[in-house]
Amino acid sequence: MPEVSYYPGCSLEATARDYAESIEGVAKALDLELRELEDWNCCGATAAHSLDHRAALNLAARNLALAMEGPSPLVVPCALCYNRLASARHELMADGSLIIDEIRSLGADYASVEVMELNEYLTTPGMMALAQHKASQDLSGLKAVCYYGCQGQRPPRVTGKTDYENPRGLDRLLAALGVEVMDWPFKTDCCGASHSVARPDLVHALVARLYDRALQQGANCIVTGCQMCQANLDMYQQQIARQMGREVYLPVLYFTEVMGLALGLDQTPRWLGRHLVSPRGLLEGAGLPRQYWERL
Amino acid sequence: MSRTQPQPEAAPALPPPGEALRPEGRWLAEVEASSGVKAGACYGCKKCSNGCPLTFAMDLHPYQAVRLLQLGQMERLESSATVWICASCQTCLTRCPNQVDLPRLMDWLKERLHGRGEEVGEKDIRLFHELFLKGVAKRGRVFEGELMGSYMLRTGGAFGPEAMANARLGLTMLRKGRLKLLPARTRESRWRRALFKKRRGGSHA
Ligand code: SF4
Ligand code: SF4
Repeated sequence: MPEVSYYPGCSLEATARDYAESIEGVAKALDLELRELEDWNCCGATAAHSLDHRAALNLAARNLALAMEGPSPLVVPCALCYNRLASARHELMADGSLIIDEIRSLGADYASVEVMELNEYLTTPGMMALAQHKASQDLSGLKAVCYYGCQGQRPPRVTGKTDYENPRGLDRLLAALGVEVMDWPFKTDCCGASHSVARPDLVHALVARLYDRALQQGANCIVTGCQMCQANLDMYQQQIARQMGREVYLPVLYFTEVMGLALGLDQTPRWLGRHLVSPRGLLEGAGLPRQYWERL
Repeated sequence: MSRTQPQPEAAPALPPPGEALRPEGRWLAEVEASSGVKAGACYGCKKCSNGCPLTFAMDLHPYQAVRLLQLGQMERLESSATVWICASCQTCLTRCPNQVDLPRLMDWLKERLHGRGEEVGEKDIRLFHELFLKGVAKRGRVFEGELMGSYMLRTGGAFGPEAMANARLGLTMLRKGRLKLLPARTRESRWRRALFKKRRGGSHA
């Protein structure tokens, strides 16, 4: 049974509970053991790197230290948490002088922790083959664009990625699971992230572009691996559609939820039921069995 | 907001008509040394700005911010909305032929402004970051419910015209089981107290 260290991050305990539950469900189905870091702390998110560089480094350093004893890699489902941990690791390998004693004493071998996005891990050839092998449900009625967002990809000197302008991991996974995957140019464009609180107008303008292009490509859903992207695309869809002056119906699914559908996991409707844009019409239209959508 | 498709826009005019820039030499070296951003390497190709998703809301395009720094125009930089509007999406840095770390420069400027405690161009964005960090200092984890509550109380979102919409969204989230009612905190707290024990006034500039 493969085993990895796991850093869920704060939003997976609250607004992104659907994501958290789908990750647990899929991991179980794939016999993947997620070892949650003991007593992990917030990564600091946008706030820390914006206002307090030292705090941003220390918050990440503590989590990295907690991962030093555990199995490798350290898998992170949230793109922003991932970016914060990977950026700090990159900086700390060169200079750890801002780290306080209370945290440094936990361990400072930052190079030893391999930080990986969850979607990157689940799209490694071995994991992907396993998922494909276990998949049973016909998903050919789903026409998806994959939305990776920005924080998981860039900057490449931190993420170590080579296909950062056109990532394909999720596209390949979904295609392997029988989804019709549409190509589009906005895979890694920004959704405005935490501006959704103080400047929702900015987020709405950016998200409107994404809807518009996704519909142009003929997609009937958007699949993502970032809970900030999911929230920004899911929570205000009707409001943004009104501003665009057109109808928009684009359920925003986590890739792990699509895996749940493909693998025929019973709990999948419970995860999907937490979304604001109900996937009922999508799944019914795509010809999925009743039990997946009747209670949505 | 009527336009839903932000178009590339003409960059704001610099300097304002009739006003000459007075270059100030010392800033570039100082900021480079303190922030680690090699802003002097910029040769104005604008790749950063052509790919930036938020120029439609900026009063300075990213390349203009770098240029102003090269010319030592700190007040113009510090009073800009751009510093706060930048979403740290890393597109500019990724594409810059000279690897000028613009998002880091924006962060460095935000921290400096925040440390001085003055009014800033985008005070709501700063307030959100500030409340977020307060929560982290207190618990080591974020408690979204409290964060949103205190943000709305401070900005009027709990009373003003958006109050109803906010309340409706809150109730929906609650019904969907996506609001956490009790905060989590880290068991270990020594590090938290040590890290956040006092505000370092003035930042490192
Ligand atoms: S891409 Fe780099 S070199 Fe070109 S204008 Fe922007 S900061 Fe300067
Ligand atoms: S990091 Fe900031 S300045 Fe750079 S492209 Fe993104 S929003 Fe624009």
